[in-house]
Amino acid sequence: MPPPRSIQKARIHPLGDTALLAELGSRLDTALNTRAIGLAAALRKRRDVRQAVAGYSSVTVHFDPDQATHESLGAAIKRLAAKRPKMAIPGRLHRIPVVYDGPDLDDVARAVGLSVDAVVAVHTRPIYRVFLVGFVPGWAYLGPLPEELELPRRDVPRMRVPAGSVAIAARQTGIYPLPVPGGWHLIGRSSVKLFLPDSDPPCLFRAGDRVKFFAARKTQ
Amino acid sequence: MKPVLQVVSPGLLTTIQDLGRPAAIAAGVPPGGAMDRFAHRAANLLAGNSPQDATLECTMSGPHLVAEEPCLVAITGADFQPRINGAPAPTWTSLFLSRGDRLSFEGRRIGARAYIAVGGGFEADRWLGSRSTSLIAGRGGMQGRALARGDVLSVSAERSAPVVAGRQLPSGLRPAYAEGALHAMPGPHVRRLDAESRKLLFSAEFTVTRDDDRMGYRLDGPQLSMSGDELLSFGLVAGAIQMPRSGQPILLMADHQTAGGYPVVAVVISASMPIAAQLAPGDTVRFTQTTAAEASRRRLALSSALATLSAP
Repeated sequence: MPPPRSIQKARIHPLGDTALLAELGSRLDTALNTRAIGLAAALRKRRDVRQAVAGYSSVTVHFDPDQATHESLGAAIKRLAAKRPKMAIPGRLHRIPVVYDGPDLDDVARAVGLSVDAVVAVHTRPIYRVFLVGFVPGWAYLGPLPEELELPRRDVPRMRVPAGSVAIAARQTGIYPLPVPGGWHLIGRSSVKLFLPDSDPPCLFRAGDRVKFFAARKTQ
Repeated sequence: MKPVLQVVSPGLLTTIQDLGRPAAIAAGVPPGGAMDRFAHRAANLLAGNSPQDATLECTMSGPHLVAEEPCLVAITGADFQPRINGAPAPTWTSLFLSRGDRLSFEGRRIGARAYIAVGGGFEADRWLGSRSTSLIAGRGGMQGRALARGDVLSVSAERSAPVVAGRQLPSGLRPAYAEGALHAMPGPHVRRLDAESRKLLFSAEFTVTRDDDRMGYRLDGPQLSMSGDELLSFGLVAGAIQMPRSGQPILLMADHQTAGGYPVVAVVISASMPIAAQLAPGDTVRFTQTTAAEASRRRLALSSALATLSAP
């Protein structure tokens, strides 16, 4: 019996002399992401691996060049990736209150041809998956965002997006944990702290967690 | 804790750094640590420390420090022309400071980042397993910030390494900072560049722009053209050369973002990162295409240079 489509071979690319990128696919796909998270966890147990981080559909592996080469580790990764993935453990569920009053909310509604209330209804409908944690401390890429809200990034990114901004771009949504530059559309804000510098791990969301937004009343 | 040095003036940007927190990248936290790991390690070894101990990373200018206790120091990396009580002092050399001695710097001659180690290693806040200062998180090092006037730097009181002044790393074993060439391996998305742009990437001269910090350098050079769909975000590494749609490459450094979706067209090898760390705005640089085998040869050459400094 041929393996299911999601169990196909990994493509290995060197990332300099002490890391590699193992690509499992190129689609925004929950099953691929689950495999990437599982593969990263398996690789972190190896002595020749310093760190392995799952992307949407890939794993970036930092290795000890005195113990491994791209070839030796690549072969091991292909063996691991060909195995049937373990049953995924459902991640923790976070319920996040959002005040939908972002500076781009009206523009987003106009651009997708919905009322503001409908944008809020669509954004709060799914249970999103945390595909990956990264970019800046506390940031998590959530998705898939319903197609009704799909928009390209802003042409001109903002130099400074306020912390707590709830934003969308393409088939993704997220919350800015810190004031950083950003090109996503800001539709709301949340007071939930995502970057927790005095906790370990120092972030609220972990890869594989689930997130449900709900509309909160404006206070003040 | 034993106070050893007081900060009279901190210099432009002086932070406490060690070898960073590589495990934290899984939580989206930049790995951090010294930009020039070779100079950081060499300074520690000259001061009788372990390579993991914390040093001061001084950016573009040096601090002015006064010894509160006798101590051994070593200054490596960029040449900012160190002075002890006003008299020129050698770099890449272990130096003895008596109580009241003043360590200052005349000005930048070569490079962008100098490292100062002190015998015993600097005490500092630990965050996620590292003493490195993370400015974005406001944690680690000196209360998560750059040094300021009046700060007192301490060493661990329990440690007492033998004090040997005058040990030196010979100039032939130091990185060729003035070389202006970084060796790089083709990245996962190099094929997105057309043939002409691939040739330019590995031959043309690029200039480090003013948009240059511990996160990365934006480079200015010939327009490179690229094709292909947007990528799904993936984990990044220091040394990665990202190519945003603007066509202006970004070289990721120690405090780089941990994930992103721009194509990575090349990755600077670990042995060239100390040279990358010494680039300043306005400097020019070329990327020389290399292989994993050559990268490994260069990495081992740097390790054996450091091995000459290990305590007998």
